[in-house]
Amino acid sequence: MTVMQVVFLVTAVVSLGGAVMVVTTRNLIHAALWLILTLFGVAVMYGLLSAPFFTVIQVVIYIGAIAILMIFAIMLTRRVKQEPGSSVNKGWWLAGLMALVLFTALVWMLSTWPGFQTTLPELPQDFDSIKVLGAALVSTEGYVIPFEIASVLLLAALIGSVAVAWERKS
Amino acid sequence: MSDPVNSIAEWLRTILASWGLSEGLITVILAVLGVVILATFVLVVDILLVWIERKMVARFQDRFGPNRVGPYGIIQPIADVIKLLIKEDIMPMGADKFIFNLAPIIALATVLLLWAVVPLAPTVIGADINVAVLYVVAIGSIGTLGIIMAGWASNNKYALLGAFRTVATMIAYEVPMIIALLIPVLLARSMGMQTIVNAQSPWYIFIVPLAAVILFVSSIAELGRTPFDISEAESEIVAGFHIEYTGMKFGLFYAGELLHALTVSALIATIFLGGWRGPYVDQLPLLGPVYLFIKAFLVYYLIMWVRYSFPRVRIDQMLGFNWKFLTPLALFLLIVVAILDKAMADVNTVWYVLVMLGANLLIVWGTMMILRRYARIERVRIAEERPVARAPESDNNELVGQE
Repeated sequence: MTVMQVVFLVTAVVSLGGAVMVVTTRNLIHAALWLILTLFGVAVMYGLLSAPFFTVIQVVIYIGAIAILMIFAIMLTRRVKQEPGSSVNKGWWLAGLMALVLFTALVWMLSTWPGFQTTLPELPQDFDSIKVLGAALVSTEGYVIPFEIASVLLLAALIGSVAVAWERKS
Repeated sequence: MSDPVNSIAEWLRTILASWGLSEGLITVILAVLGVVILATFVLVVDILLVWIERKMVARFQDRFGPNRVGPYGIIQPIADVIKLLIKEDIMPMGADKFIFNLAPIIALATVLLLWAVVPLAPTVIGADINVAVLYVVAIGSIGTLGIIMAGWASNNKYALLGAFRTVATMIAYEVPMIIALLIPVLLARSMGMQTIVNAQSPWYIFIVPLAAVILFVSSIAELGRTPFDISEAESEIVAGFHIEYTGMKFGLFYAGELLHALTVSALIATIFLGGWRGPYVDQLPLLGPVYLFIKAFLVYYLIMWVRYSFPRVRIDQMLGFNWKFLTPLALFLLIVVAILDKAMADVNTVWYVLVMLGANLLIVWGTMMILRRYARIERVRIAEERPVARAPESDNNELVGQE
């Protein structure tokens, strides 16, 4: 077993365990912190797949922005510690069934994809994945239209938030 | 003596290989060894920082500072550490034990993690990853998490308020910081620290001084130091997020704060002041860390100078300053630098630097003009006569009646 495999197994166990803890723990803040652990595990997975940009972006966006805002919102609510009652309701078996079906379908779909069986290719030493990504985002053969549409969407959201917050002098 | 660190690493590698260890295991052992040595070195410097900080604040306030233990009081931090170690460890009632204990560890560990991407010499760097600049931002956000955890787990209203204020600061000042970091990345065409250092001829502070200033100001805010230390404003919320911490747990926060300041200084020195670059560094790579630390301490001195010279700002002033001033300025500068850089693709270096510098100074001048106008309007607004606040008679009577 190589070092990479050990790291992969440990990360997989930690992220899956964290994900289970997110839905089973009683304390909302603890759930948010377990979620951060899971998201961090996903970041490590990206790192193992030699995608450093996605590793760092995963941490910046999901841990640095989304998870922290979630914790912020939870901290503003009261009585996060003492939430009485069971954490599952009557329909749990249906949800479990749906999850199982969805999971099986996803695994089946992925197994038909040719990349499913290939091992991680060794990248050349001077391969700069960010340069390739950057060029792909703005090239006409690449993803320039989705990229520009996303930019316009973000700009619209920005202008919208300014318009909402604008204090009209009447 | 061309490159001692890498030759020692090679020597150890051959010894370990002769013991029959596998290639992967040797790499792991050497990496762990490197991490331990770097972290220990940085933490030893951290102990010295306590003395430097206390001595410096004393100078700014016309005092002597620690001067009893050892020559010039230099053993004082050791005495402080012993005191912190033997203090009683108090767990507040109703605290979330695990998170309460985890928070100071995260606060210090995230600072240590930043040293992984600081290039110490032409050939010595923890990890020369091609996303180093973003890595710094990512680690910074995990640091915020440590502070939130401390504030929440303490079961204390003041601590929680401190944590809220910290989050507001961090989320806000991350924006101009990232934009300011984008400018050297744009000039060097890479996010790798080693590439940025190698590309700096001349240093970026001479090409885009305004970006360096924006990064400096937003870094001070990220550090939570005066004038932006509203997260631990003593006069309002006692000590902020670390109010309930005692002994060495408090010590970890304190050490983390000081080391964070030096780390940010080292990063600013790397990105804008040429990092390890200096005379004779090609012949003698050991000079690299010396130059880096001289530059880092220079920036650290500036941070202390600002800290002990300015009063604390109010939270609305602080957020207003960020969103209405720093962020637009940084965005405008980024656009100007990007256009000029593209327009001067084949101009020689001297003209390139002069035009960039000129553009920066022009933006500074324009900003000053706008600020002057704004200040004039503000002064008129504040000088306007306003009715004196007075409690209505009826309310007064009611209160008296209740008694």
